[in-house]
Amino acid sequence: MIFFRYIIITFIFFLNIEKSNYSEKIPNSNSTIDMVYIPGGEYKMGNKNKNSDTEISSFWISKYEITWEIYNLFVEYEENNKLEFIVGNEKIKVDGISKPTTPYTDMTFGMGYEGFPAVNMTHYAASKFCKWLSLETGNYYRLPTEAEWEYASISQINEDYDIDNYAWHKDNSDGKYQKVGQKEPNKLGIYDMLGNVSEWVADSYEENIFKSRKLRSDPFIFNKNKYPKVYRGGSWNDESDVSLSKKRFYSSSRLQERDPQIPKSKWWNTDAPHIGFRVVRVENIDSKSLRDMFWNN
Amino acid sequence: MKKESRRSFVRKTAAITSGVLATNVAFQSFANVNENKKLKLAVVGCGGRGSGAVVQALNADDNVELISMADAFRDRIDSSLKGIQDHFGDSKKIKIKEKNIFTGFDSYKKAIDLCDVVILTTPPGFRPLHFEYAVNNGKHIFMEKPVATDASGVRRVLESAKKAKENNLNVVVGLQRHYQNKYLHLHDKVSRDEIGKIVSGQVYWNDGGVWVNSRKPEQSELEYQMRNWYYFTWICGDHILEQHIHNIDVANWFIGEYPSHAQGMGGREVRNGVEHGQIFDHHFVEFHYPGGAVISSQCRHQKGTESRVDEVFQGSKGSVLLGKGEIYSLNNELAYKYPKSWSDDPNPYQVEHDKLFKSIRNGEVISDAENAAKSTLTAIMGRMATYTGKKITWDQIMKSKENLVPDNLTWNSEAPTLPDSAGYYKIPVPGKTKFI
Repeated sequence: MIFFRYIIITFIFFLNIEKSNYSEKIPNSNSTIDMVYIPGGEYKMGNKNKNSDTEISSFWISKYEITWEIYNLFVEYEENNKLEFIVGNEKIKVDGISKPTTPYTDMTFGMGYEGFPAVNMTHYAASKFCKWLSLETGNYYRLPTEAEWEYASISQINEDYDIDNYAWHKDNSDGKYQKVGQKEPNKLGIYDMLGNVSEWVADSYEENIFKSRKLRSDPFIFNKNKYPKVYRGGSWNDESDVSLSKKRFYSSSRLQERDPQIPKSKWWNTDAPHIGFRVVRVENIDSKSLRDMFWNN
Repeated sequence: MKKESRRSFVRKTAAITSGVLATNVAFQSFANVNENKKLKLAVVGCGGRGSGAVVQALNADDNVELISMADAFRDRIDSSLKGIQDHFGDSKKIKIKEKNIFTGFDSYKKAIDLCDVVILTTPPGFRPLHFEYAVNNGKHIFMEKPVATDASGVRRVLESAKKAKENNLNVVVGLQRHYQNKYLHLHDKVSRDEIGKIVSGQVYWNDGGVWVNSRKPEQSELEYQMRNWYYFTWICGDHILEQHIHNIDVANWFIGEYPSHAQGMGGREVRNGVEHGQIFDHHFVEFHYPGGAVISSQCRHQKGTESRVDEVFQGSKGSVLLGKGEIYSLNNELAYKYPKSWSDDPNPYQVEHDKLFKSIRNGEVISDAENAAKSTLTAIMGRMATYTGKKITWDQIMKSKENLVPDNLTWNSEAPTLPDSAGYYKIPVPGKTKFI
């Protein structure tokens, strides 16, 4: 399997698919999403006590957390008849895209809009954003897996770094999220990987993912349950912590505690002004069954 | 600049808490009598909010059971019950028998007859009728805001509110900022003169708007309006009332008065299709208070515009920003910041029910209805100012003859407003619409 994967990677290399950073322009808007290329490799996922050797294929990840003006293109998009796009030789058909309901109140919580990270969307909504973005741009986007997210966040900063240079956290954020991209990027050129807002990843939470001693290749844990899903990186509302890049957060019904309605909104959290997301694009497009999981179909 | 130290704050809070305890002790004997009584709960109006309120009520007390549900439509009851059951798993507190499910315009009576505590969460046009019946039959009540859509309804609620108080009935109204620690704490600071006398303020509910339920061919005109109720003034009251009442009510609460008059402007700029009934998509109103304060109130339902839901007041010694939980000096220096984040404070929607049931158990009385009726009237005064384009006084609106909700509606009744041949409804026109 691993051998096969290397053949594919080599094959792609010879095809000379763009392997550098790029900007994805979102059609019919003035918005772009800057993407940073992350070469694949192996690393120890997890902390000192619990970890496993993990292999990651190359991917691109958005340089910044997705901002409100980009997220709202999805919230406010007019449905059109475009239901397929082509990646490489594959035609990707989409069964339609459901879009978020209008939120009941101001989901920024007065913390800022233009240039600020979008928050309070459910994991389901963030997944559907990626599906919408794929259809709009013709490139396959999804949430990062937990393993991809951690790979992009760790070891790129020196051990003795000063977290204040890289992250907005409880003691320097003035009790709110901040505009994206103001702190220094990590060594891969990604901003706000730690702090500002925590970020949804695609995986469902399982406590012990490091049981096996075997090398894990592009791991992704998924089930259909609404909770618990993983979010990573810490936020403006979390204590600064040198191990922020290793800390695993996971969702529960608490994120919708103040939704006064039953059933709770599929699209909006009411208690998650500290959770946003960023997107990734992979070189090898996932299989249809994987895509359905990533897009929460 | 006066800064309150954390220590003095803790001391004051402790004093307030022990005060509450002392009051409870006085009712101890009462509490013992009532503690074991099973409280039977009914819900009238089974939308998302009614279902949510049922969940909060069932969570608030160990010995409460949902025994009856009423709504104009059976499908709303079925989806509500399913939502409540899904939320709890197999709660023994849900005791709904088929014979205690009631539908139609008069269903509220049968449900209220069976219960000790009722949740009134239909669209607001029906609230005065339901509230009056619940009070006349001696029930404790949780009801959602607003509590009427016209002045006739407000007067009816005020009368029943008085009666509820006389008969020791608890009435909690879903103006949940009154049950939210941040607001209570900042109100306490403002009451202690920390920003001086409030002279002006701005209150906001600006966002993208709400759902639309489109017309189905099998629906009568009346059923369509009941399903798409947000867009019909007789049943919703317009969004200046239905949502923005929260912020207008906070102005009344913090200033400690109700306005003497209002003037303003509004219209339908963006949300103006046939599916959008009659209501405006923006209102901007100046509320003038007897003590001299002037509050600018703005509410907007327009997609793609700047969102803000907030209240800000300027006083003679400083200002308070309620959304941010901050107090500033006259020099615009931060003097105080509410120390807790949203996640540290209890959920106010739950606190409403916790307090309601605790008060019932302890033989105490919460009386939210009078203020809720007067804040409802304040928002109606604002609406009539934008609809007519004229200055409207408190005395005028209190005596207004407008009566939007017909008595004794049945499914055979004609809808209170009718569309023209193209499907459009009569929209208020400032300068032409008359104050009634």
